[in-house]
Order: sequence, then structure tokens, then C-alpha cells
Amino acid sequence: MTQTITDNVSIRSALAEGSPLLEFDHVGLEYPFEGSMRRIIEDVHLNIQPGEFVSFVGPSGCGKTSILRMVSGLSPAPLGAIRYRGQKISKPLTNVGIAFQNPVMLPWRNTLNNVMLPLEIVPPYKHEFGQKKDQFIRMAQDLLSTVRLQDFQKQYPWQLSGGMRQRASLCRSLIHQPEILLLDEPFGALDAFTREEMWSMLQALWMRVKCVAILITHDLREAVFLSDRVFVMSPRPSTIIYEVKIDLPRPRTLEQEVSDEFNHYFSTIRSHIHHN
Amino acid sequence: MEKFLKSKSAGFVLPFIATVLLFIVWELIVIIFKIPAFNLPAPSNILRATIEFAPQLAANSLRTLWTTLAGFFLAVIVGVILGFMIGYSKVAYLTLYPLLVAFNTIPKAAIVPLLAIWFGANAIPAVVTAFLLAFFPIAVNVALGLDTVEPEMKDVLASLGASKVETFQKVGWPHTLPYIFASLKIAASFAFIGAVISESVASNAGLGYLIVQATSDFNVPLAFAALLILGLLGVVLYGFFIFIEKKVIYWAR
Repeated sequence: MTQTITDNVSIRSALAEGSPLLEFDHVGLEYPFEGSMRRIIEDVHLNIQPGEFVSFVGPSGCGKTSILRMVSGLSPAPLGAIRYRGQKISKPLTNVGIAFQNPVMLPWRNTLNNVMLPLEIVPPYKHEFGQKKDQFIRMAQDLLSTVRLQDFQKQYPWQLSGGMRQRASLCRSLIHQPEILLLDEPFGALDAFTREEMWSMLQALWMRVKCVAILITHDLREAVFLSDRVFVMSPRPSTIIYEVKIDLPRPRTLEQEVSDEFNHYFSTIRSHIHHN
Repeated sequence: MEKFLKSKSAGFVLPFIATVLLFIVWELIVIIFKIPAFNLPAPSNILRATIEFAPQLAANSLRTLWTTLAGFFLAVIVGVILGFMIGYSKVAYLTLYPLLVAFNTIPKAAIVPLLAIWFGANAIPAVVTAFLLAFFPIAVNVALGLDTVEPEMKDVLASLGASKVETFQKVGWPHTLPYIFASLKIAASFAFIGAVISESVASNAGLGYLIVQATSDFNVPLAFAALLILGLLGVVLYGFFIFIEKKVIYWAR
């Protein structure tokens, strides 16, 4: 498992030397509202490099979630374009992993089988599911132990706490080794302590897989802790008003959270958040 | 007491005690107020009638049971298919749903004479009436089950590139199973009601037929015996579905 991941990463970075994995080309979004079109998102223009962890923060209702839906291709960008490896995204991408605030799991499957769900659907895994099942189980167990759920494989979702379900859903979003991980306020419903614990676990997972991660969050500390770059969005019609590169060494620890550097990033970002 | 309520036997012992108590009170009321048997027979009287007419009761119960089950299984097949149609297809939903609601509002007792004209006074009207009463709750529940799949789960599957068949197989079908079982329990009672209504209007056998015959002969204890058997059959069928449900959807909480 570890071997396959490192191989994949080296192939990926070799392929994508210098060129961005995702390009946002003047992306916009509008909705019909009371007879006219209302702009939600305006002119978002940015690039995301392979293996980068980026966050979008901003006041609620600024269309952060819409950005994820546009990247995933679930609802492609109506104005401008998002390009993945130079190709315009116009239908759902299949090599993405998604985790939402609500860690939806299938109640009739235990944790292990929930995590393995993508392998039954995504090619090439689904064609090999019969022969390589043992190997796939080890892949899932590997991820589960990264988030310390190795002893809960046989448990059903109703036997897990909210934090545990979210950890399992993170594993599910990564098991098929997606190139893009989309996180829509994944820890929004958790208490502060659990949330900080989750940051470290997500970081550990991501550092193993090294895919592009796009995090939508309200929590500025979360954004600073996890990201390579943070984008601040303005109130509607929203656009990127501030961008900051977080130069903190990885793996980041919760102790760093009280450092002056960390707080400096936090307060600078905070000063750029404007409310509706 | 707490411990007993949590035990498995409580589910059998408590209803049993309640039934026995009901019969005792009933018996006492009949004795104290000297109620004649053709108004309200005492449980002891009903028991005597049950023994005396055991062959007739058994034969007619069997008839009602199989017509009910036949109608019920038809209802499961048609109900599940219809439910999936209106659950998955907007066109089917818009077209069929108002028709189904309208049809469901029609009292089925009013249709039975028609069924008797079409099929004769035999088992078929009972099967058809049982079916007509039972398929609606099944169809509605299946559609509801499909409709309540979390949007996030749909997004997860869509983002994995799952086909319609895969989505149905991995999520839609298992998610709908608890709804199907919930509806089966209701539908089973409805099927009994349908079969008995039909038998009491147009039939040559069955518990409904027996009840009508017995009351016109002023054999009220026999009519009550048939009613009690009917109740018992309903409980048994209900229990059967709960048993199956626990085996199939053990994960549902």
C-alpha cells in the first residue's frame, strides 16, 4: 500500500512538472432571483499545483460550497471555466474524493466496508475487486489505522461517534487514491477538541496520499493549520480578496498553533474577512 | 421490572396477560348485566362455539388466509415496482401519483359488487380486493424510501462516477428496505381487511362469508369466534414480518 502510493506520487509529479493541476479561469456563478440574474461568485482566477493543500474561507453564503461543486463537476462552472490538466470540467470527475460536514455512511455496512465502497465503483479497482479483495482490505485497514480506527472495522455507523464517522468518511474519500480531495466543512459539526485532533489526522492522511486538497471552512485556525495556501473570499458577489501562502513546516503540530507565526497568519486572514 | 421489560419474553407475556384480563372483564360484564348471547356472547360461549364449529372455522380461515396472501404478494410485486417507478422517474411520478391517490380514496367495498359481476362469487374478488387495499402503502413507502437517500450520499456516488444501476444496487435498494418492511406490516393488515370485506359481500367461503352467515342465523358466538381468529391471523402475520425484518435489516436503528 505505502509502496503504491509513493509510486503514484512520483509518477504524478513527473507528469505535472510545473503545470497546475487545476486552473480557475475567471470562474463565476449566478442564480436567477426575482426575475434577474444574481451574481454569487465573480471572477475567481487562480491555479492549484499538484499536491497542494488550499483552503477557501469567507463569510457564510459567499458560495464556498459552490466552488467545490464546480470543481467536482457535480455542477460545472456556468461562467468562465475550471480546467483539470488543461481539460475543461463539464461533467463529474471520477478521480475525486469528497467529504462533507455530514459524514454520510451506509448504515448496512460496517466501517471497513463503508471505506471500501469507492473500490467497488471506481475503475480499475472495481474490475479487480474479486481477485484483489485481500489487498484492498489491507489498504482500507491501513487508512483506518492512520486515523486510529483500526479497532472499529467491524462496527456499524450507529456504533461510532460523530468524530469517528467523519474519520471513516475521510478514509473513504481517499481509498481510491483520488487526485483531488474536496472537503466541505468536514469538521464543522464537531466539538473544538475533536476538531483539533481531526486536523492532525487529516494532515497525516493527506501527507501519505499527497493529492490536491481543497478545504472549505469557517474556521480560520483550521485553514492555517492545514493549508499551503489560504484564499479569502469577499461577501456576495464573492471573489478572492486575499491570498496567503502558509510557510509553516510540516508535519504541523498543535503546539505550533500558539506560536507567533501561526497567530500572525491567523490575524492577517481575520482582518480580511468582511461580513455581509 | 426494568429487567423484565428489556427481556424478550415481555413482548409475549404482557399482551397475553392483557388478553386474558380483557376476557375475564368481558365474561364478568356479560354475567353481571345478564347480556343475551345474541347481543354479546361471553368468551366462554365463544370458546364453545369455536370448538363446536372447528371444522367450518378451519376451512374458512384457510380460505381467507390464502386469498389474503395471494392478494398481498401481488400487492408486494406491483407496489414495489410502482414505488420504484414513481421514486426514480419524474414523469411516472407526475403522471401516476394523482391517479394513485384518487384510486386509493375510492372505498373498496364499493368495488366488490363489480368484481363479483366480473369474476363471480368466488375467491377471485377476495384476492383482488386484498391486492387493491395493500399495494398503495407499499408503493408510497418505496417511493418515500428512494426519496430520502441523503443528498450527500448521492453526491459521493456521483463523484465516484457510479452508474444508475450501481447507485440503485449500492444505495437505493438497501436504503429502501426498511421502508418496504414498514409498509409490509401495514399492507398485511390491509390485505386481510380487503379479503374479508370482499368475502362478506360476494363469496362462497371465507371468514367474512362465515361471519355474515352466522349473524343471519343469529349464531353470534360463531361470528365472534371468526372475528377472534381473524385478529389472531393478523397478529401472526405481523409477527412473521417483524421476524423477517430483524433478520434482513438487522442494521436499521
